[in-house]
Amino acid sequence: MQSQATYNYKVVRQFAIMTVVWGIVGMLVGVIVAAQLIWPELNLHEILQYGRLRPLHTNAVIFAFGGCALFATSLYSVQRTCHTKLFAPGLATFVFWGWQLVILCAALSLPLGFTTGKEYAELEWPIDIMIAVLWVSYAIVFFGTIATRKVSHIYVSNWFFAAFIIAIALLHITNSAEIPVSFTTLKSYSVYPGVQDAMVQWWYGHNAVGFFLTAGFLGMMYYFVPKQADRPIYSYRLSVVHFWALIFTYMWAGPHHLHYTALPDWAQSLGMLFSLILLAPSWGGMINGIMTLSGAWHKLRTDPILKFLVTSLSFYGMSTFEGPMMSVKSVNALSHYTDWTVGHVHSGALGWVAMVSIGALYYLLPRLYGKTEMYSTKLINTHFWVATIGIVLYVASMWIAGVMEGLMWRSTNPDGTLVYGFFVESVKVKFPFLMIRLVGGTLFLVGMLIMFYNMLKTIVGEKAYDAPIVAPAAAHA
Amino acid sequence: MAQSKHDAIERNVFLLIVLALLAVSVGGLVEIVPLFFQTSTREAVDDKGKAIEVKPYDALRLAGRYVYIREGCYNCHSQMIRPFRAETERYGHFSVAGEFIYDHPFQWGSKRTGPDLARIGGRRDDEWHRKHLLDPRAVVPGSNMPAFPWLDRAVTVPIGEHMKALNLVINPPSNPTPYSESDIASASAALAGKTELDALIAYLQGMGLALK
Repeated sequence: MQSQATYNYKVVRQFAIMTVVWGIVGMLVGVIVAAQLIWPELNLHEILQYGRLRPLHTNAVIFAFGGCALFATSLYSVQRTCHTKLFAPGLATFVFWGWQLVILCAALSLPLGFTTGKEYAELEWPIDIMIAVLWVSYAIVFFGTIATRKVSHIYVSNWFFAAFIIAIALLHITNSAEIPVSFTTLKSYSVYPGVQDAMVQWWYGHNAVGFFLTAGFLGMMYYFVPKQADRPIYSYRLSVVHFWALIFTYMWAGPHHLHYTALPDWAQSLGMLFSLILLAPSWGGMINGIMTLSGAWHKLRTDPILKFLVTSLSFYGMSTFEGPMMSVKSVNALSHYTDWTVGHVHSGALGWVAMVSIGALYYLLPRLYGKTEMYSTKLINTHFWVATIGIVLYVASMWIAGVMEGLMWRSTNPDGTLVYGFFVESVKVKFPFLMIRLVGGTLFLVGMLIMFYNMLKTIVGEKAYDAPIVAPAAAHA
Repeated sequence: MAQSKHDAIERNVFLLIVLALLAVSVGGLVEIVPLFFQTSTREAVDDKGKAIEVKPYDALRLAGRYVYIREGCYNCHSQMIRPFRAETERYGHFSVAGEFIYDHPFQWGSKRTGPDLARIGGRRDDEWHRKHLLDPRAVVPGSNMPAFPWLDRAVTVPIGEHMKALNLVINPPSNPTPYSESDIASASAALAGKTELDALIAYLQGMGLALK
C-alpha cells in the first residue's frame, strides 16, 4: 500500500553528487601535499605552499566530502525511516547551497592565508558564523522530519545522526569563540589562551573525529548495512548500550592528543582512561554492523557494495583498537608527532569513513534515479580493490615511517648524547615510505575517479526520481 | 526491563535531544572548566610555581607570529617540548603551561615533519634563519621544508588593531590588558621598514627564552 505523496530526494541527489566531486577534489589536494613532502620544489607559489594546502586537504575531505556524504545519507534515511517527506524542504535547499558556499569560501580563503591557526578549525570567523547558521538549519530540517514522522519509533540510525548534529553544534560554537580584529578583516584571535585553548581545541578536534567522522557515519552504517545485506540489525539492545556509552565517553578522550604536554597531568590521565574505555562502545558498533551479515555472508562473493561496507567496519574496528592503544601514555610517547598518527588517521578516514560513504552512495545513487543498480557492478568491484590496496600501502608505509622516526628521535649513545643529533637525518630516511604513501593515496584517488565515471553513466540522461512514501504498515523503511 | 524504559526515549525526539545533549556535555565541562581556575595555567609560573619571565609579544614579534600562523608552520612544527631525556637533550627545558599565557591561539602543533621550535630563540643567528627561510636546502641539505621567498616584502598588517583585539581575549588575571595605549599607538612605527622575514625571525628568536 503506497500513498500518493513522494519523498523529497532533490537535496539528497545534490549532496550525493557533490560528495563524489568533493571527494575527488579533497583527495587530489591530499596527493599534491603528499608529493610536496617528497619534492619540496612543488611548493610552486605562495598560495600552493604546503602549510596552506594541508588545511585545505583536511577541511575538504572532512567537511566537504564527509559533510556532503552525511547530509545526503541522513536526509535520505530520515525520510525513509520516518515514512514522511522532508520537513522544510526550502531550508534543506538553503543548507545545500550554503554548504557549497562554505566550501568555496574555504577553498579560496585557506590558500590565500586566511586562517585561525587551529587545526581542523582553520576557517575564519565569517565562515564560522555561516557554518553555525547552516548547522541550525540542518538541525531544524532533520529534527522537524523526525517530529512529523508517521511511525512512533525512532530508528537507531537517527539517534546517531541526532547525537552527531547536537555535538557538532556544541563543539563548533565553543571552539570557534574568537575576537575578529575588525569587521572588515578575515582575521580573528581565539579567546582562549595557551593551555585552555589547547584543551578546547582537542576536545573539539577529537570529537570532530568522534561525532563528525564516527557517530554520523555510524548512523549511515545503521541504515545502509541492513538495507544492502537485507537483514535486520544484529542486536537492538547492543545498539542502545553502545550508543549512550559512545557519545558519553568520546567527549572525554580529547586530552590524549596532549599527552606529556603542558596540559595538567590530571586532564591527561582522564583523557587516557576514557580513551581506553572507548574501545568497548566502538567495538559494540563494529560487532553490531558486522554481525548484521549473519546468514548473508555469501552475498560478499557477488556484491561489491557489501564488500565496501564490511571492509569499512573492519577498518573501523582496527582504528578504534589502534586509537586506544596510542592513547596509552607510554605508546603515545613514541607515536606522537610522527607519521604513525597520520597512518592511524587515514586508516580511519579512508578505511572507515570513505569506504562506508562509498558503499552507501553506490546503494543510494541509482535509487535517486528510479533504478536499483549502478551502471557497472564490475567497476564497483574494481573500485573496491584499487581503494583497498591504496589504503594498505598508505597505512603500512606510515606505520613504518612513524615508528622509525620515533625511535630515531629518542636514540641516545651510552654517554647520553643523541645518536641522530640532526633532525633532518630522520627526514631523509623516510623518503621511500613517503613514496609508497603517495602511491597508496593516488590509488585511492583513482578509485574515486572510477566511481565518478560510474556515477555519470548511471545518472546522465536519467530522470530524477522521488519514490512514493511507503506507508508505515509496510515492515521495511 | 531497562529496554522498556529506554523505549520511551526511542519514541520521544525531545527526550532524545535533551538526554544526548546532557551526555555529550559532561566530559568537556569536567576537563575544560577547571583549567580556568588553576594558577599554573593562567600565570607566568614554571612547573614548581616559581615566577618566570613571559611577556606579551611586542609589535614586531606579534607580526611575526601572524606570518607564522598564516603560512601554517604549525602543520609541521610543534612548540611543545615533552619531559623526556632525549627530547630535553635535543630541544632544551621541557615546556610549562605558564609559558603560553599570551598565546592566542596556542601553536603546540601535532606533527613534527620538522623539529620542535618551542626554544628555537637564540639557537641560530638571524642570518641563518634568513638563508634557511629563503632556501632551506642551502643550509640543511635533505630538508623537505618549503622555501618562503615571498616573505621578503614589507609588513603591511595593522598590528595595532591586532593588539586591540588581543586586549579583549582572556588574559592572565595579573595582566588582563597586555597592550597599553602607547603600545598600540607606536605599533606601526615599530614595523616601519621591516619585512615579513624580519618579523618572523624576531618571533622565532624570542621563543622559549623564559626557561633554559
